[in-house]
Amino acid sequence: MNVRDVMRILDAQLVCGEENLDTQVHEACGSDMMSDVLAFVKDQAVLLTGLVNIQVVRTADMMDMVCIVFVRGKEPDEDMIALAKRRGMVLLKTQHRMFTACGLLWENGLRGGGKADEHAQMDL
Amino acid sequence: MNTLKWTYDVDGDDFTRAGEASSNVKKKLRALGVSPEVIRKVSIALYEGEINMVIHANGGKIDVEMTPEKIDMVLADTGKGIPDIEKAMQEGWSTAPDEVRSLGFGAGMGLPNMKKYSDEMRIESTVGVGTTVYMTVYVK
Repeated sequence: MNVRDVMRILDAQLVCGEENLDTQVHEACGSDMMSDVLAFVKDQAVLLTGLVNIQVVRTADMMDMVCIVFVRGKEPDEDMIALAKRRGMVLLKTQHRMFTACGLLWENGLRGGGKADEHAQMDL
Repeated sequence: MNTLKWTYDVDGDDFTRAGEASSNVKKKLRALGVSPEVIRKVSIALYEGEINMVIHANGGKIDVEMTPEKIDMVLADTGKGIPDIEKAMQEGWSTAPDEVRSLGFGAGMGLPNMKKYSDEMRIESTVGVGTTVYMTVYVK
């Protein structure tokens, strides 16, 4: 699916990054703990989170993610939007809660990484 | 390519700026045409280290040195030091205050992540004096 599909499936609103809505995405990660996001590198292109601060955008940037979805109606602030724009990242916001948002995307074919113990060997 | 060196002062008072140095290094490596895998390893390891400096040590200094073979990173602070490094290296062990956790860090994954993404890592720390973390990532 592409980011536009993510937006449709989650009934999400676009905050910024319209020019990148056609980017293909295959894997996602849902977490409010940024160190957990940083712990497992795969081709995770979408970050779902209920956390709202600039480090969310930086974390996604370090992981080369293309899209952040803020769940349960959370609003990113101006600094976050400005940084996301500089990095060509799409920001979306949905009223769905984390579990539901992840479930909807999974149901539509988006996948997560493997289990934690499968990452003993670093998999970049 | 000669040796390239970059130095950053990390401001310990402003959590919102934590990660700016790592982000800058990432941009530089990308401009130099370094492979995405190496860039990711360096930037994640550095980013966790930078966050640690802000959370635990009121900032510090980051030196990055790049040769055709490797990227060396030295993160030095004059914070409170780590009394038990072995314990600090365990996943889930953290002394970070609750407010840091509410910001998405402080889950005891910082040092383990740094070890995971660097090819070599060494920590020198003296309680009351400060901590220096040495990390190396080899350029394939």
